[in-house]
Amino acid sequence: MTAVSLAKALNTGLRRALEADPKVLVMGEDVGRLGGVFRVTDGLQKDFGDDRVIDTPLAESGIVGTAIGLALRGYRPIVEIQFDGFVYPAFDQLVSQLAKMTYRSAGLLRVPVVVRIPFGGGIGAVEHHSESPEAYFAHTAGLRVVACADPADACTTIQQVARGDDPVIFLEPKRRYWDRADVDDAVLDGSLVREGRAPDPYLARIVRPGTDATLAAYGPTVRTALDAADAAAADGRSLEVVDLRGLSPLDLHTLVGSVTRTRRLVVVHEAPVFLGMGAEIAAAVTERCFYHLEAPVQRVGGFHTPYPAARLEEHYLPDVDRVLDAVDRALAF
Amino acid sequence: MTDDHAATSEPMIQLLTPEGERLRPDGHDWLLDDDALRATYRDLVLVRRLDVEATALQRQGELGLWAPLLGQEAAQVGSARAMAPQDHAFPTYREHGVAWCRGVDPLRLLRLFRGTDGGAWDPAEHHLHLYTIVIGAQVLHATGYAMGVQRDGAVGTGDPARDAAVLAYFGDGASSQGDVSEAFVFAGVANAPVVFFCQNNQFAISVPPERQTRLPLYRRAAGFGFPGVRVDGNDVVAVHSVTSAALDRARRGEGPTLVEAYTYRMGAHTTSDDPTRYRTHADVEQWRERDPILRVRRYLERSGSGDPAFLAGVEAEADALAERLRAEVRALPDPPPSAIFDHVHHAPHAQVDADRAWFEQYQAGFEPEEVRR
Repeated sequence: MTAVSLAKALNTGLRRALEADPKVLVMGEDVGRLGGVFRVTDGLQKDFGDDRVIDTPLAESGIVGTAIGLALRGYRPIVEIQFDGFVYPAFDQLVSQLAKMTYRSAGLLRVPVVVRIPFGGGIGAVEHHSESPEAYFAHTAGLRVVACADPADACTTIQQVARGDDPVIFLEPKRRYWDRADVDDAVLDGSLVREGRAPDPYLARIVRPGTDATLAAYGPTVRTALDAADAAAADGRSLEVVDLRGLSPLDLHTLVGSVTRTRRLVVVHEAPVFLGMGAEIAAAVTERCFYHLEAPVQRVGGFHTPYPAARLEEHYLPDVDRVLDAVDRALAF
Repeated sequence: MTDDHAATSEPMIQLLTPEGERLRPDGHDWLLDDDALRATYRDLVLVRRLDVEATALQRQGELGLWAPLLGQEAAQVGSARAMAPQDHAFPTYREHGVAWCRGVDPLRLLRLFRGTDGGAWDPAEHHLHLYTIVIGAQVLHATGYAMGVQRDGAVGTGDPARDAAVLAYFGDGASSQGDVSEAFVFAGVANAPVVFFCQNNQFAISVPPERQTRLPLYRRAAGFGFPGVRVDGNDVVAVHSVTSAALDRARRGEGPTLVEAYTYRMGAHTTSDDPTRYRTHADVEQWRERDPILRVRRYLERSGSGDPAFLAGVEAEADALAERLRAEVRALPDPPPSAIFDHVHHAPHAQVDADRAWFEQYQAGFEPEEVRR
């Protein structure tokens, strides 16, 4: 076991991916010499060369579009979009080109492009640096969407998705980049993934068992949900926390299993509640657990407003109190 | 004509006049010997016939849509015939002549426009990417592919069987898209082995080039740091010569080139379009005098290398092609409904699998005679 930050865990995971396959490339704005604005690619260009760790021109559509071309030539680009709010210039390349290439070629083409996006708020940033665009991508058939939540998960999952044959949107909880946790050496040295011993990255995992209600979260709100479960435990309430991980495909099996036991579900994400992941989860779980549910599925998330100015974000982001408020509502039924 | 000023005031490379006379401009070689020119003529005629036939099939309701290449045969055949086998092309949705030269069965194109499938030929087999509908998006793919060619060490080795280039097709309308400018930026910075081949066919559906650009398109290349050249897009010999030189340059590792093939879309934008709303009969007739096939025929007849038997043979071949396409398109079965769910991803995806399972169960609930196929 070694204690590492989530950013360092991703850096190690990328290093393992670059070592494992000479076709793997890392490309994006400032990923080379600078090591990325969050230092996630720190040192990679020095060790793997500027042909494999590429400082691209500053154009997101160009980054994703050329990554598609590189993939068509047999490469495996791992693209960094510098901030969530900067992914939109690449939207056509992601949803019309990357997502559909396999389908329209009847499976003849492979475009194994991984698009890393630091997402979510909580870092006091200026506008366009704190967004949660996951629903756009999960809504798009042909893309896989996965969010990591902690250092071990991040290091494992980035290595796994770099080996797949499908395009992946890989969401990184930017306000958790500096969170440190112990990571197993088999994760850090790449052997767990190399030997196929890591669990499917799209499967949800129960990160804290409980009996009174289920909290479903992903990315940055997994920590929030765990903190809420700690606080609830002090009040004698036992909350189960499910880290969804995969947003497309969504692991309903694990979630339905949890809700069938706890009979109450609260979904927590930073993205606006309206038409967010929680809306799909609430509908899907209600369809499957109608007779098990003691209360309507509760959703905790952002408001139907643009992401607010930094001095207001603590009121916008779901926090422990907002989660516990929703738990109260669920338990009051 | 709106384009006359641009056409006459800008240098434009031409090797074969509309009258079928050979020109000898400095620095541009006539690369097609008599055999190659006969083969090129055959391509031009067959491509035009498949295009005319497809338009007719759309009018008969056999295709949902067709995007005619009429008038652009020389730009497409001349550029595609300049490619080495290992070169890779990225087409728009109108590059039927390119697809033909890369050995794609035209029936594949018709499947796409009929809607039986995505029209997927094997891009690796033909070294031709699939058609791209969103304007300009493929130009970035071509550039990325060329960056991959560089990383494969398939540039500048001097081995003619190894060095490869990429040919990116787009049009005058696409030149306004950000993706095309971004592709120029990336290719310029990387010195990527890509040739940007712009068919300026004078129309983005209805809108003329002066609504897309303040200066002639080929001159835009200078701002991105690589050469640009305008060629008579209706002169297959000149297009072949200019594109060959640009591809050679790319394969040698000397970087991108922008080729503007100055041509004219004689047909509609697509079979859904009505060009009489935005251009006159006189405009079209003026370009008919610059027909890309007629000038080759005149040259062949004059030089004696295209005897009547050869010309009649090509016509007979075109008739046979049209007949085959008619029969085969009409015989194309609709795909099974479950094909909706095929190839969304390479690895299984729970949501797609669930949708498929639901649909199959739903279908199975009908009486057999009610099931649509």
